Amino acid sequence: MFKLSGVHVKHCKNTAKLKAERIPTPKSITVPMSMHIGAPAVPIVKVGDTVKVGQLIGEADPGLSSPVYSGVSGTVKKIDGIISISGAQIPTVVIESDGEQTIAESVVPYEVNTREEFLEALSRSGIVGLGGAGFPTLVKLKADVSKIDTLLINGAECEPYITSDTRTMIDDAAAVADGIRLVAGFLEIKNIVIGIEKNKLECIASMRRAVADIAGASVKPLPSVYPQGGEKVLVYHTLGRVIKEGGLPLDCGVIVMNCTTIAAISRFIRTGMPLVEKCITVDGSAVATPKNVIAPIGTPVMDLIDFCGGFSEEPRKMLYGGPMMGIALPDTSSPVLKQTNAVLAFGKKEATPPKVTPCIKCGRCVEHCPFGLDPTAISKAYKENDPETLEKLKVNLCMECGCCSYVCPAKRNIVQRNKMAKTMLRNYQIEKKKREEAQKNG
Amino acid sequence: MDNGMLLVSPAPHIRSKTNTQSIMLDVIIAMTPALIASTIIFGWRALVMVAVCVASCVLFEFLFQKLCKRDVTVGDLSAVVTGMLLAFNLPVRIPIWQAVFGCLVAIVAVKQLFGGIGKNFANPAITARLVMTISFAGTMTNFATSADATSSATPLALMGTESMPSLLTLFLGNHGGSLGETCALALIIGFVYLLVRRVITWHTTVVFVGTVALFTLCLGQNPLEHVLSGGLLLGAIFMATDYSTTPSTKWGKVIFGLGCGIITVLIRVFGGYPEGVSFAILLMNILTPYISKLTRRKIFGGVKRK
Repeated sequence: MFKLSGVHVKHCKNTAKLKAERIPTPKSITVPMSMHIGAPAVPIVKVGDTVKVGQLIGEADPGLSSPVYSGVSGTVKKIDGIISISGAQIPTVVIESDGEQTIAESVVPYEVNTREEFLEALSRSGIVGLGGAGFPTLVKLKADVSKIDTLLINGAECEPYITSDTRTMIDDAAAVADGIRLVAGFLEIKNIVIGIEKNKLECIASMRRAVADIAGASVKPLPSVYPQGGEKVLVYHTLGRVIKEGGLPLDCGVIVMNCTTIAAISRFIRTGMPLVEKCITVDGSAVATPKNVIAPIGTPVMDLIDFCGGFSEEPRKMLYGGPMMGIALPDTSSPVLKQTNAVLAFGKKEATPPKVTPCIKCGRCVEHCPFGLDPTAISKAYKENDPETLEKLKVNLCMECGCCSYVCPAKRNIVQRNKMAKTMLRNYQIEKKKREEAQKNG
Repeated sequence: MDNGMLLVSPAPHIRSKTNTQSIMLDVIIAMTPALIASTIIFGWRALVMVAVCVASCVLFEFLFQKLCKRDVTVGDLSAVVTGMLLAFNLPVRIPIWQAVFGCLVAIVAVKQLFGGIGKNFANPAITARLVMTISFAGTMTNFATSADATSSATPLALMGTESMPSLLTLFLGNHGGSLGETCALALIIGFVYLLVRRVITWHTTVVFVGTVALFTLCLGQNPLEHVLSGGLLLGAIFMATDYSTTPSTKWGKVIFGLGCGIITVLIRVFGGYPEGVSFAILLMNILTPYISKLTRRKIFGGVKRK
């Protein structure tokens, strides 16, 4: 089978051997109501209310959404709006911790016997895709599963630096296996594949041991090439199935879940504690002692840095997530989100953007694109304001993995241009649809 | 702490080490064995010619960009590569002023007037060489190996005669020809270096040379003599692999090499010029956009729209 291309990035998995440590309870947490794809949750607490760990503070919107729970016990100080990374104003609950970490009465283990009960319980978990996408897990599992034959667990963790999934697979292997039993059992999925990059030998061994007694479960070592964790790449390299344009893994019989997400499902069902804390890799050249930490969702990233010995040099760039697809943080008070798997801080040397020079048409961006897109042609069509050509070039398939920008010798911001071209194409298609409908009606 | 200092920029936040300058430096390193060989074969004047061409190319690029108030990009070393390549394509005895004129054509007319690095559609060194071949027919075909020697013909002109050099001589390069083209050994060392450094892939070069060998064999000629004579190796390794003027896809490179090989043999065997490599590459340069379009990679998971 031919393999999709990608890039060899320096792994920098400095924290792979470090077990996650719990940080001291933060003084206050800032919890945005939107840490998932879909509509924001609606705050149900008022300023002055006392809340406990695991208590519901934001109710899920009836549509695509996810509820939000408190990670500390304390008092609601503020209900505010913050500007999210995407620029939208998002309601946010600020809770001052009392340091007691009293657990809410609602937190009791679940007794689930049927698929309905399982999904009913999950609707109170607040769990979203923890690999970074933040897609509400319940919605994924609620879909028509009659055609699903495979549960695919994403343990690729192909981004440099991040080791939170690695630690989950090593320290929480039992939870991963239990989560697999729950999901595969209730959804009646026979075939379970765990995809792990083959440089993570310890994870492969640990997961093989953990799922040894689960019928139909196997571990598939993957090439250690970024981006193995991309959904379409993963599905293809583990199962040889191709997710067609516009399709979902569902369309080829697969449910894909991150290993940390599935461990969270097990923990939730067994303890009743919804998703209120997260294992996060704190690393980067500007962090004094890189660590894996467990912190309540909403903890300001500065608290994580302080726990890791503070900054070793002045930070010039901070990221949510890995260096290939991570999002740059505007300031150190930004909170840890549900889908945050790493907080990275870099000094001047790494943060200084390279000088952009003219394209020399070397073709590296084309050669390294996992999906075979042609960024040079996309860029040209974008500059010429030509969405029809963009449609033919299928820029809509770009998963924004960043391989093109990474390999570009002229240091051009190619993936950024692709994103803009995607927007141009989307707007054009919306306009076209409107025009066609208007024609039909008129 | 001053939070205003955090830089917010789009992903990815790490980049590979390779940049335009490092690629060009690799090409220069790959041409160094041929430069040394040409100095041994043709004497110090070879080194002088290369120095003159490199200096004029860099100077013309600098002056043109200053004059047009564009960013000066001589630091990317691409003008150095063009200068070296052009010098490699000239006979050692050519008057300096003619070489300088060639550099003017390469850098200003072929490269900068089309927008500079990456935007030119024709290979600057090859086009300049062809302009010079037509303009200075006498000096461009005087392949005397040293100042006092009488003009010596290139192996391509001698092919089939008794004075045709042996294959070993052809391989080591001690015969008439342009500066950098004669020593096959040195060129192949450069080729291996470029492959190891992943600056180029093998496709264009191997298909180009292979086509020439196969085609000449079919025509009843000695394929090894054809491969080792003239500018084939220089062209196939260093000029048919130029990024901006040749296709970037694997199959595009194969088609490009195939076309170059066929045209080269047609000119060499049936045409009026003894050598056809330059014309072949230039003609294929013109077809490059079409080849690129025809050989686009298949898009993973792409669905044809009605």
